Amino acid sequence: MQISIRRVDNATIVDVSGDIDLASSPEVRKALLHEVRDNRKPRVVMNLTAVRYIDSSGVASLVEGLKASRDIGSRFILVGLNGPAREVLQLSRLLKVFEIYDTELEALAARV
Amino acid sequence: MARSAGLTRDLLLKIELLSDPKWLYVVRGAVERLAETVGFAAAECRSVVRAVDEALTNVMRHCYCGRIDQPIELSFRLLGRHSKAGRNKGLEILLCDRGPAVDKSKLHPRTSSELRPGGLGLQFIREAMDSVGYKRVGHTNRLRLVKYLPSEKP
Repeated sequence: MQISIRRVDNATIVDVSGDIDLASSPEVRKALLHEVRDNRKPRVVMNLTAVRYIDSSGVASLVEGLKASRDIGSRFILVGLNGPAREVLQLSRLLKVFEIYDTELEALAARV
Repeated sequence: MARSAGLTRDLLLKIELLSDPKWLYVVRGAVERLAETVGFAAAECRSVVRAVDEALTNVMRHCYCGRIDQPIELSFRLLGRHSKAGRNKGLEILLCDRGPAVDKSKLHPRTSSELRPGGLGLQFIREAMDSVGYKRVGHTNRLRLVKYLPSEKP
């Protein structure tokens, strides 16, 4: 799993690639919460285009990111939800809970 | 090969690993190929992989409390059953660990789509498999997962 951070305007883009499982989800969680709580960007976008697998601990990290963003009134957005990740969020009945866009451009342009 | 009253159980693969999460990736790869070889369709292969991965994760987190040096054993058997309804083939997965006995009251998945981290692993396991059973045998926890292929009619 690889994770990298980009800043675009007033948003943070978190690019994740590979598998998010018990081995890597703590790192994802830490990065997400740091961006949301510490950096306090009004918009944090999780780019999951290159995620091949995500388990329940990975989903839990996303949920924590979402909750943390709601606590401070910022937006937490998922982008590039491909087959494996989309399937898992669907099984978790959480697809409707997240703000989701197909592309980064749409995510950055989206108004409340 | 074990045989009992029309039911066969042929060992396909056995994996012994330590409870280090870095091995989950390796096991997922093996399980995906094995499920495909047994004859499951792509979506079913993914759900078998998910179930085994979540079960292993639960052992690592809850039975071994994050220790990375404890033993886990996985065995995969091809089940075969002949009946009037047809020939039914399935995959049996046994997951054994030497952690403390599991509190059975904690083996129930969450029932709603509440927004809280955690609690999904068991849900994924139960939705993927046709049968999920837990037993304590001596000092060993034994989780048995079974998934059947569509029946082959005679």
